[in-house]
Amino acid sequence: MSEKYIARSSQIAARMLGGEMMVMSSVDSTFFTLNEVATVIWQAADGHTPLAEIVARNVCDEFEVDIDIARRDAEQFVNELSHHGILLVSDCPFDISPGPVEAA
Amino acid sequence: MSLMQEMNERALELGVPLGVHLDVTYRCNERCVHCYLDHDDHGELTTVEIKDILQQLAEAGTFFLTLSGGEVLMRRDFFEILEHARDLKFNVRIKTNGVMIRKSEARRMRDLGVEQVQVSIYSRRPEIHDAITKLPGSLKRSIEAIRLLKSQGLKVAIANVLMTVNMGEHAGVQALAQELGVVYTLDPTITPKIDGDTSILNLRIPGSELKAVFHNKDLVGNVEEFCAPPPKPGEDVMEGYPCSAGHTAAYITPYGDVFPCVQFPLPSGNVRRQKFMYIWRNSPELNEVRSIRAKDLPVCSTCSHVGTCTRCPGLAYLEGSMRGPSTADCEKSFQRTGILSANMLRKAHAHSHGPLIQIQPFAA
Repeated sequence: MSEKYIARSSQIAARMLGGEMMVMSSVDSTFFTLNEVATVIWQAADGHTPLAEIVARNVCDEFEVDIDIARRDAEQFVNELSHHGILLVSDCPFDISPGPVEAA
Repeated sequence: MSLMQEMNERALELGVPLGVHLDVTYRCNERCVHCYLDHDDHGELTTVEIKDILQQLAEAGTFFLTLSGGEVLMRRDFFEILEHARDLKFNVRIKTNGVMIRKSEARRMRDLGVEQVQVSIYSRRPEIHDAITKLPGSLKRSIEAIRLLKSQGLKVAIANVLMTVNMGEHAGVQALAQELGVVYTLDPTITPKIDGDTSILNLRIPGSELKAVFHNKDLVGNVEEFCAPPPKPGEDVMEGYPCSAGHTAAYITPYGDVFPCVQFPLPSGNVRRQKFMYIWRNSPELNEVRSIRAKDLPVCSTCSHVGTCTRCPGLAYLEGSMRGPSTADCEKSFQRTGILSANMLRKAHAHSHGPLIQIQPFAA
């Protein structure tokens, strides 16, 4: 996995509901629910921590999954959300903080 | 079932107030003839109080937040409130007349990631629109606001309330919405004033006009489907709830009063005295609202429209009983389908001039 940094867009609304994260883009009103693993990645998307580190530390350690599978799934998840402008992706750390994580 | 419906179902199961309508002020720069509010300031929530309420709502799981009024921009701290709401990641919709929106306000709303801005338009003719708002030049300014909001990339909806004084105007407003590239919504509902005063109900459009609206394909799409006779209600209908008010939705006034819905002014607590979540979980009034199923409605449970009627429990409450019929919705069901509601039949029977006591001749 190439070095990637991910940050939550400021143009989204998000809230935990029954253990799942609801996320909605104000740009195109796309609505997602994230499962537990995706929520962990989402919450760790601070714009400063490399995606590889998030996967290794927050996903593999927490959920005891194979690193290659976790990386592949994380890449897919990040690509999909970035396509809708919900996650911002860059090959260098973001300058601006994406703001606080939504209330659970 | 769509993902959104699934979330609503889950919120209902978990008792989460998924959507909250917060009126930040009742003050307004317009004086619309049909408005149900008193525009004086009787001690609005302060900025600090509103921020605290928003924090409580976020913790309660509220996702959809409607900020409305009055006119929201009458509050000098409106953008501070909006910024706080967006920091808390609410999906925010704003209802406004747009009169005070200039380029800087539109840009700020865009930057803060507002989901949608709804602007009220009553006619595309200034002499009609401005006569309703009683603010000269208001149509021009509202349309300019819509253009500015659109130019910032915001999603905008025109809300067109239909009443006797703008009855023939909806086609023009719909065309205006199309020209501006915004969503058009039509609402023929006029509600009593929030204090129970019913004097403005004479602005409700007559049944013949309501029928014309419901049979207009430009407004309802598939007329045959929209106006179809109601199917026989099943058990799921009788066990069902009338609407989301008090179940997954709540309303908070500028004074902190909590109601089940903006159209359902049943005092259920005040966030100045108790935490929102305490009121949401423990208010006897909200719990009573939640206990009511369609089968518990003495008249409506016997009505053929029970499964398809838009019956508003708030309007029913304002008519005297939250378990009673809402005559405005009876009228809508009738004009839509041509089938009288149980309440209409009951009233017709009560007003018939037949003998009070009927004696059936004994058949030998």
